[in-house]
Amino acid sequence: MLGEGILKGLSETAKNFAGSFVSKERLTTVEYPEERAPLPEATRVFPFLVYDGSDWQAGMRCVACQICEKECPPKCIYIEKSKDKKPDYVGKMQIYPARFEIDVSVCMSCQICVEVCPFEAIKMDSEFELSTDDRFGGLLHDRKRLAKSNEYYHSIHPTEAAEVDARLAEEKAKVEAKAKAAAEAAAAKATASAKAAEVAPAANAASKPAGGAEESKA
Amino acid sequence: MKTVDEIKAAIEAAVRGARVDVLTNPGPSGQHSLLLATSTAAAVARFLRDDPEFALDFLSNVTGVDWPDKEITEKVKVPKQVVKTVEGVEQTVEEMVEETRKRVEPGCLEAVYHLYSMAKKQGPVVIRMRTANRSDNVTLPSFTPIWRSAELQEREVFDLYGIVFGGHPDLRRILMWDGFKDHPMRKDYIEPDDFEYEPTAHDEVLARAQAQKAATGMGITPQESGR
Amino acid sequence: MSAPTTDLSMQLARQEGWNRPPVIEPGGEGELLELAMGPHHPSTHGVFRMDVVLDGERVIKLKPVFGYLHRNHEKIAENTSYLASMPYTDRLDYFCSLTNNWAYALAVEKLSAQAVPERAEYLRVILAEFTRIQNHASTIGFLLQEMGASGTPLMYAFREREKILDLFESLTGSRMMCNYMRFGGCRVDASAAWLDAARKVVSGLPEFVDEFERFLRTNEILMARAQGMGVLRPELAVNAGITGPMLRASGVNYDIRKVDHYGIYDRFKFRVPLGDHWDIYDRYMVRMLEMRESIGILEQALKEIPGGPVMDPKAKIRGFRPKPGEAYGRIEGPKGELGFYLISDGSPNPYRYRVRPPSLINLTVLEDMCLGHNVADVVLIFGSVDIVLGEVDR
Repeated sequence: MLGEGILKGLSETAKNFAGSFVSKERLTTVEYPEERAPLPEATRVFPFLVYDGSDWQAGMRCVACQICEKECPPKCIYIEKSKDKKPDYVGKMQIYPARFEIDVSVCMSCQICVEVCPFEAIKMDSEFELSTDDRFGGLLHDRKRLAKSNEYYHSIHPTEAAEVDARLAEEKAKVEAKAKAAAEAAAAKATASAKAAEVAPAANAASKPAGGAEESKA
Repeated sequence: MKTVDEIKAAIEAAVRGARVDVLTNPGPSGQHSLLLATSTAAAVARFLRDDPEFALDFLSNVTGVDWPDKEITEKVKVPKQVVKTVEGVEQTVEEMVEETRKRVEPGCLEAVYHLYSMAKKQGPVVIRMRTANRSDNVTLPSFTPIWRSAELQEREVFDLYGIVFGGHPDLRRILMWDGFKDHPMRKDYIEPDDFEYEPTAHDEVLARAQAQKAATGMGITPQESGR
Repeated sequence: MSAPTTDLSMQLARQEGWNRPPVIEPGGEGELLELAMGPHHPSTHGVFRMDVVLDGERVIKLKPVFGYLHRNHEKIAENTSYLASMPYTDRLDYFCSLTNNWAYALAVEKLSAQAVPERAEYLRVILAEFTRIQNHASTIGFLLQEMGASGTPLMYAFREREKILDLFESLTGSRMMCNYMRFGGCRVDASAAWLDAARKVVSGLPEFVDEFERFLRTNEILMARAQGMGVLRPELAVNAGITGPMLRASGVNYDIRKVDHYGIYDRFKFRVPLGDHWDIYDRYMVRMLEMRESIGILEQALKEIPGGPVMDPKAKIRGFRPKPGEAYGRIEGPKGELGFYLISDGSPNPYRYRVRPPSLINLTVLEDMCLGHNVADVVLIFGSVDIVLGEVDR
């Protein structure tokens, strides 16, 4: 029969149309912006800087090593180092970025900056609704805008954040153990030198009258 | 699949007057290439395609490479007239003196072809051709009459490098627009000033942006964009 | 039908100009019309222009013009490190970013003789076959839309594609610009939960392909418009460097997965569909059948994937400097042979970085196939070539 092929195709369409009233599989439209499809955990959109604690300046993990700036393919990161230092999460004094800007109109969300950062300081955000009417300055994110807390990081990437926290805690424990061992060694050395100092003044006292006798002679 | 030396021997046996050199690839990939002289290259290519032993009927890839002129500084011994005191008498003597000389080794433009055989499922055979220099003698024979797949790729090499393929049926620019003047993929290509908004510039881009700002007075560099 | 023998090539070699497009004489009365189809055109798959000379509705001459999306990716790569070029390769053929990544990683691994662990090879195959399925589904969807099916097959293809893209997003972080392969393996490991989700998607695919095929395979309009149209002779296809489904629809048995034995494709049983009539309908059917073969490969790979690391522990992420030398690495991408030719001079940036774009080279014969046909058929023939402008222009 002429037209049989067309009718077969139309019957498929009719099945889909009728089915969309009945099964969720066939109805795939998500009515944005009233509904939002849930994003998987690994989603990456643009980077952000992680800070521990509640003060974004004191707790920022970034030490301005500029590795992410060098490895960024479109070179959209600009970092200026600070002149002074601040303590990091283990207490060591590190420099911090005085300026840290990312131009998100250039950033291509490749995540290479996250891969190469040795300090777990820069991570990928999942916020994508960043439209602004200032096409130049509004898309240049400075460090205040980029700084988001560790709790926020846990809320968007829970498994990854838990792993990072575990790694940092391990690092901190190692550093503390080393510091404790060094302190114990120093304390042992101090007591040893104190003992030696007790012996030495007695020897000095013994040698001094001889020196005084010589002086009076000369 | 034959080795490069065997292929060279077969070409020299079959095509009269063919000059072929083997270029060893220093890296671990083992893909060595054959450098063809331009005068007999078309005959060699036809042999490689039609010979039943090779049957290289599939030209996969045509690449252009730019080898710029190299400035070489070397120490050369040259005879020179030198005033010397010999046995108390001042004389002018000819001596060999070491002098630092700079010379320019001319570069070339190169076209690299990767050939495979669909009939025999073999390959790749890599052949290369080099132009005499980079300025006025930039002609190479076109392989389009032999393999049609070279048609668009040779146009691209002409567009981006400036190699003129003699015998190509329609040699004009393909990726750049028709009135464009330069050859963008050459190593000495300088792109036009387009650096007005560069808030995160580094290295050369920063230098160009600052130069453009100094020249025109307009523009944003990292100095201005900071808060 | 196997590849054309060299006897035929030798016969043809004696005829000058056998591989040039035919010259069509305008037949009717009246003037010839010179028309530019594109670059703003809903059916040209991107910014692409065809300058056609028409005699009434018949095409007398056709010259493709592109370069509107030229971003000089090859020169950017000369100023960027090897790792930083990886996200740029996503953007070549933006439908198939994972196969682009694999081709580049393969070329660099050849250049530096880097080994890849087994689990990474399995993951690469799984992701490449998912990419192939979603690419072929989209291509057929677009082709059928251009034929007048008003977007319905396209939307059904996209509905399935969404499931695959969701898988990509949960593994690599991004739906299309995946940036997942590295030199020596893959960036992150796939969890057991991801592999289960992948198996679930694969179990739904045969039903999708059946429904998709049943849709329009016997549709009279499709058969009338596609059969016998856009014929490409196999000897011309081989000589013009055509690769991929377009070559196999012209009857030439050349699939790089079978020829080059790259990756671990030797472990999987799959067939290579070939076409008998060399027309648009054959290209449509070859892509359908290839989707089915890809489902077979996926089922095997998801069953056999071993444990282990996904990255060679000796591979370097930063400061990668391969020894001086060159390498050409190629894969069977969904559109054809995607190859990367790299020349290294020992520095962190490549000296020469060349992409062999299948879409560009498949366009060599567009003129041959379109001459003598109507303007409406040009759109169909062009759609059956399956190009993406990101790859044509780079």
